Amino acid sequence: MTAYRINESTPLLRVKNLQTGFKIDGDYYNAVEGVSFDVLPKQIVGVVGESGCGKSVMSLSIMQLLPNGVGKIRGGEIEFEGQEISEFSDKKMNDIRGKDISMIFQEPMTSLNPVFTIGYQIEEVILNHEKLTKKEARLRSVALLKQVGIPRAEQIVTEYPHQLSGGMRQRVMIAMAIACQPKLLIADEPTTALDVTVQAQILELLKGIQEANDMSIILITHDLGVVAEICDEVLVMYAGKIVERAFVEDLFSHPKHPYTELLMKAIPKMDEDVEELATIEGLVPSVINMPQVGCRFANRCPKAMEECLTVTPQLANVDNRHEAACLLYEESWPTDGKREREGVAAL
Amino acid sequence: MLKYSIRRLLGMIPMLILISIVVFSLAKLMPGDSLSGEIDPLNTNPEYIAEMREKLGYNDPLPVQYFNWITGFVQGDFGKSTRFQIPVFDLILEKLPNTLLLGVTALIITYIMAFIMGMYSGRRPYTLGDNAIAGFNYVMLAIPSFVAAVFAIYIFAFQLNWFPFAGSVDILVEEGSFEYYISRMHHVLLPAIVLGAMSTASYTQFLRNDIIENSRKDFVRTARAKGTPMKKIYNVHILRNSIIPLVTFLGFDFAALIGGAIITETIFTYPGIGQLFLESVTSRDFPTLMALTMLLSFLTLFGNLLADILYGVVDPRIRLD
Repeated sequence: MTAYRINESTPLLRVKNLQTGFKIDGDYYNAVEGVSFDVLPKQIVGVVGESGCGKSVMSLSIMQLLPNGVGKIRGGEIEFEGQEISEFSDKKMNDIRGKDISMIFQEPMTSLNPVFTIGYQIEEVILNHEKLTKKEARLRSVALLKQVGIPRAEQIVTEYPHQLSGGMRQRVMIAMAIACQPKLLIADEPTTALDVTVQAQILELLKGIQEANDMSIILITHDLGVVAEICDEVLVMYAGKIVERAFVEDLFSHPKHPYTELLMKAIPKMDEDVEELATIEGLVPSVINMPQVGCRFANRCPKAMEECLTVTPQLANVDNRHEAACLLYEESWPTDGKREREGVAAL
Repeated sequence: MLKYSIRRLLGMIPMLILISIVVFSLAKLMPGDSLSGEIDPLNTNPEYIAEMREKLGYNDPLPVQYFNWITGFVQGDFGKSTRFQIPVFDLILEKLPNTLLLGVTALIITYIMAFIMGMYSGRRPYTLGDNAIAGFNYVMLAIPSFVAAVFAIYIFAFQLNWFPFAGSVDILVEEGSFEYYISRMHHVLLPAIVLGAMSTASYTQFLRNDIIENSRKDFVRTARAKGTPMKKIYNVHILRNSIIPLVTFLGFDFAALIGGAIITETIFTYPGIGQLFLESVTSRDFPTLMALTMLLSFLTLFGNLLADILYGVVDPRIRLD
C-alpha cells in the first residue's frame, strides 16, 4: 500500500499496516486489521465509521492505552516524528503521552477523577512533563481554562468535576490535553455525549486551538456532519479496515466506496421531506467471525458481486488522491491476482 | 456540617430511648436479679430480705422501675456496681484506658496489614500473590478468636517466652516510669496482634475489589493519557477513590474500639471493658451490664454518624446539609 503525499512536508504521524488484537478466550482477534495512514503537521484527519469498526481501538493503539493484558498491538508500525513508538516501554511512552500526543475521550462525565480538583488534574499533566513549581502550574491551569472558554477560571480550579456540566468538563479535558502544547491531539468522539449546541462550541474551540497552536488532530467520530465541519482529510473505516480515504470535499461530493455512499444517504437532510431515513441493512460482522477473505462489507453491500466474497480488495488510489478499497475499481484488485485469482490474504 | 451533626445527634434520641427499653427489658428477662449484691449478705432473715426488696424498688411495677433507672441514667448516674460496690461510671473509667490501648493497637495492625495486602492484591488480581493473600485472609477469618488466642499464648508466651500471657502491666514496675509504659506495650502486643491480624479479611478484600473496579474506570485512562506513571495512578488516583467505601467499616470500628474484644480480653485476662462486660453478665451485675450496653449502643450510633461525616470529608461529591 503506498501512502500518497498531500504536500512535501513529512508526516507527523505515520501508521503502517497496524494490527491490533483483543484476547477472547485465549485467542487474539484483530479489531484493527492493516490500517495505514499519515497525519501531516497542522492537519485535521477525521476517522468515521459505525460503532465497533475499530476507530477507537486504533487511536488507543497509537497512545498505547489498550486495556492491559487484553488488547495488544500485534503488527505494524507507528512512527511519530520519525520515531517508531509502537514498541516503546510504558516509561518511554509516559514522556510522550500528554506532552507530544494527548487525547480527549468520549465521556467527559467519567473521564475526570471525581475526588480531585480540576486544578489538580490539569496541573498533574503539566508537572508530569515540565519542571515548574505548583504555583506556576496553578497559574498555567487558570490560563488554560480561560483559553478553553471557562468563566470564573480562578474559582473553577478549586472545584470538583461533579460541580461542572458535561460541556464544561469536556472543556477541562481539552485544557488538560493542550496543557503541554502537544503536536498531535487525538479526539475520540469528543462531542458524542454532549448536546447539539454544546457540540458546535466544542468543535469551534478545537478548531481554534488547532490553528493557534499549529497542532494536528485526529478526530474520531461517527458523525459525518462533524467531519464536514472541521476536517481536512477523512478515513472511512469498516470492520477494522480503512475502506476509503479522501479529502473532505472529495468524499462528500463523490464518495467512492458503496459503504460511504450509504452512510451519506443515511444523513437526514433539512430540505427533503422523507418519511423514513435510509439505513444500511445488516450488522457489522463480529470480531470473532470476521471474514478473512473477500470484502468485509460484501454481505451488506447492494453492489456486491460474486468476487467480493473471494477477493480481498486493496486500498488504492482510484481517483485524484482519493483512495478506496472496493472491487468496483480496477485499482483495488490485488496486483498479482487480477480477476481469476481467488483469496489473497490481507496485507 | 455542624447543623447536620446536631440534627443527626438529636435524631439519635428516639433511637436511644427505644434501645434503653430493650436493654432494660432484657435485663429484667434474665433469670435472677442483683438483689443479693445490694443487701447485707450475712443477714439471711427472710423478713429482712423482703423488706430490702420492697425498699430497693424490686417490687415496683416494671414501668416505674424503668423510669427510676432511666432518670438516673440521663443525669449521669449509672448506678452502683452490685459486684464491686463502686459507681459503674468509675468502674468503666478505670478499664477504659486498657481497652483503648488494645483497640487502637489492634486497629493500627489491621490497617497496616490490610492496606499493604489490599493494595498489592488490587494491583495484581488473580496472581499467585493475590490468591495467597486471599487464602491467608480467609483462614484468619475462619479461625475463631478463642482458638487463635489460646494458640498464640501457648506458642508465643509459653514456648517462645516472647510475651507475657496475662494482665496489662507488670506488677513490679513503678507506675509512670519509662519501664511502666514499655511493660504495658509488651502486654498489649500479643492480644493486639491476635485481634488485629484476625480481622484483616474484610478490609483487604474490600480494598482489593474496589481497586480492581476503579482501575477499569475512565479516569484511569485519562491519567495514563496524561503520562502519569502506573505506580502513581494506583497509589494516588485509584487509592484515593477506594478508601471512600472503607469509611463504613471505620464507623463500626469506632464502637469496637471502646467496646473491647470480649473474647480476646477474657482469654488474655486483660482487664478491659470486654472482660468487665462478660463478668457483669455472669455475676448478674445489672447496673454495669445495662450501662455498658447503653454505652456500646450509643457508640455504634455515634460511629455511624462519624462515618457519615467522614464520607463528606473524603468524597467531595457528598455534601452534608
